[in-house]
Amino acid sequence: MAALLEVEDLRVRFSVRSGSAGILRLGAQRWVDAVAGASLTVSEGETLAVVGESGSGKTTLARAIAGLYHAQEGSIRFQGQELRGLAEGTFRPLRRHIAMMFQDPVGSLSPRLTVKTLITEPYKIHNFKDRDLDEEAIRLLDMVGLSADFASRYPYQLSGGQARRVGVARALAVDPKLLLADEPTAGLDVSVQGELLNLLGKLQDRLGIGILIITHNLNVVRHVADRMAIMYLGRFVEEGPTGAVFAAPHHPYTLALLAANPEPDPDAQLNRIELVGEPPSPLDRPHGCEFHPRCPFAREQCATQTPTRHRPTADRHYRCHWPQVWRR
Amino acid sequence: MSTREALLEIRDLSVDYATAQGALRALREVSFTVPKERIVGIVGESGCGKSTLIAAIIRLLAPNAAIRSGTILFQGEDLLGNTEKRMRELRGTAISMVFQDPMQAHNPVLTVGRQMVDIQYRTGISGAAKRRRAAAMLAEVGIPDPERHLDQYPHEFSGGMRQRIAIAMALMARPGLLIADEPTTALDATLEVQIIHKLKALQTEYDCSILFISHNLGVIAKLCDEVVVMYAGEVVERGSVRSVFHQSIHPYTRSLLDCDPGRIKERTGKLPTIPGEIPNLVSVPPGCIFVERCPDRIACCQCERPGWHEAGDGHGGACHLLEGP
Repeated sequence: MAALLEVEDLRVRFSVRSGSAGILRLGAQRWVDAVAGASLTVSEGETLAVVGESGSGKTTLARAIAGLYHAQEGSIRFQGQELRGLAEGTFRPLRRHIAMMFQDPVGSLSPRLTVKTLITEPYKIHNFKDRDLDEEAIRLLDMVGLSADFASRYPYQLSGGQARRVGVARALAVDPKLLLADEPTAGLDVSVQGELLNLLGKLQDRLGIGILIITHNLNVVRHVADRMAIMYLGRFVEEGPTGAVFAAPHHPYTLALLAANPEPDPDAQLNRIELVGEPPSPLDRPHGCEFHPRCPFAREQCATQTPTRHRPTADRHYRCHWPQVWRR
Repeated sequence: MSTREALLEIRDLSVDYATAQGALRALREVSFTVPKERIVGIVGESGCGKSTLIAAIIRLLAPNAAIRSGTILFQGEDLLGNTEKRMRELRGTAISMVFQDPMQAHNPVLTVGRQMVDIQYRTGISGAAKRRRAAAMLAEVGIPDPERHLDQYPHEFSGGMRQRIAIAMALMARPGLLIADEPTTALDATLEVQIIHKLKALQTEYDCSILFISHNLGVIAKLCDEVVVMYAGEVVERGSVRSVFHQSIHPYTRSLLDCDPGRIKERTGKLPTIPGEIPNLVSVPPGCIFVERCPDRIACCQCERPGWHEAGDGHGGACHLLEGP
């Protein structure tokens, strides 16, 4: 499969000043690396899940790929073409190939526009002049399993699941090749979540799009993702085929994450490995391995040396000095 | 449900919303008990009336809502008969709450520290002590560097952090009853487990009860002692977590459990769903509320509303299939 998206050592940095010093632009300028050297690839027809806790940089990464944030270092190649640093005029024609589903389904839809206007807006933005918007609206609604009379509704008249379907329709309107889905099922009921994931899977089979799905729901990852990448403090600590990572995680953080996944069974043992301490602030990035202050297996070396990427097999990698293979 | 003394007892509660189409019957004859020192979970899909139920308990219903019937007894006190002044005394001290939306739970123009100090106005301690308590509470819910974060504004936090701050604020009053409306939805698995353990620890430490609303079955299974399953404004099943999860008696509960991807270990391209939609509650159908989507329906389900049937040990459900021959 051809690589659709290749991200290498991407760094997205925000400036930080606190309180009135920030408003007056006084005091030392500090930087926070929200994405601190992240690499990933997404192939055609493939789903990659990016997993990690809130604040780990998942959304920033997706927004940087879509060109909504400026990345300071690294590269983002889409079908071989470098996107980072492109002028807006050059980027815009490419952007229609990269669609984004935003985290807040209702909030990302303008409350004063009808569903028809919302889902056909991409045609106007990307200058598809020959399209019949009424026809397209019905086609898109049908594609996401909504009836044609939804076209005249406003966002407040939609349920959470319906709003997300509208989000999918809008994202797929201009036939993108890559879909960035930021928490597409957060806050949905299990049944509606299943419907939406089935829909995404069906559309992927039909259209052959690559999907980068951001989620913290590991149960979702297991069912939809071909590969998964685990993010911690702006970096990927482990990546590999979903089944293999679930069966035998290498990085202690992955193990902790998988062990913490609550199962809908009151008698299931939560064989939890205890993470010590709190998630560190990215302003105050730990030296050495970023996970060492919370790692139950950390040794001296972890506090001083940043681990490099190890590749136990061609399709997996992890960053850890003292990796273990845990069979789950 | 259990033999323990009841802290909160809800009997035959019905709530309507006035809408342009007519009265929307959001809750219909809801009854259950939250025993002392127990964690009771309420599970059900959006639109099942979970949020209306909580709003009725703390008497913060929308202006177009009307309580048609029922009683809500909190420590023997009828909340529905209380004056607004008495309710204000109870809210935030005896009954505390974590709301669903972390983005709107805080005042955007005050620092988190200021808000956390302000809500301690009933305690007689000094300002510095209030601030120390605020910092300690933030640390408890997993906010790194709490001292510095006290001087930040809500917009400077991620959604997950804001929700944790809301939890810290609700816990600070040491309430007898904590109502938590989907508090872990925004958190990742490791922090979710931390919060679950934190809530459990707090519940035993302060001898309080928790009414925990969620649609995450995994969290309910881990945290709760008892569970109430709601569908479209009615309680369809309730009992101990173990009996409801292992021996569900209502077809809706079984469908809900089957849908959970956490139960399906093998990767599947097609996840199970519950076909159909929630019925329109402006014109509630005469029969069983779940009949249109029920895989096990029989003839009488269409026309006759099922009664409540006890399956023993406080476990019961509303389904025609539970009737004896």
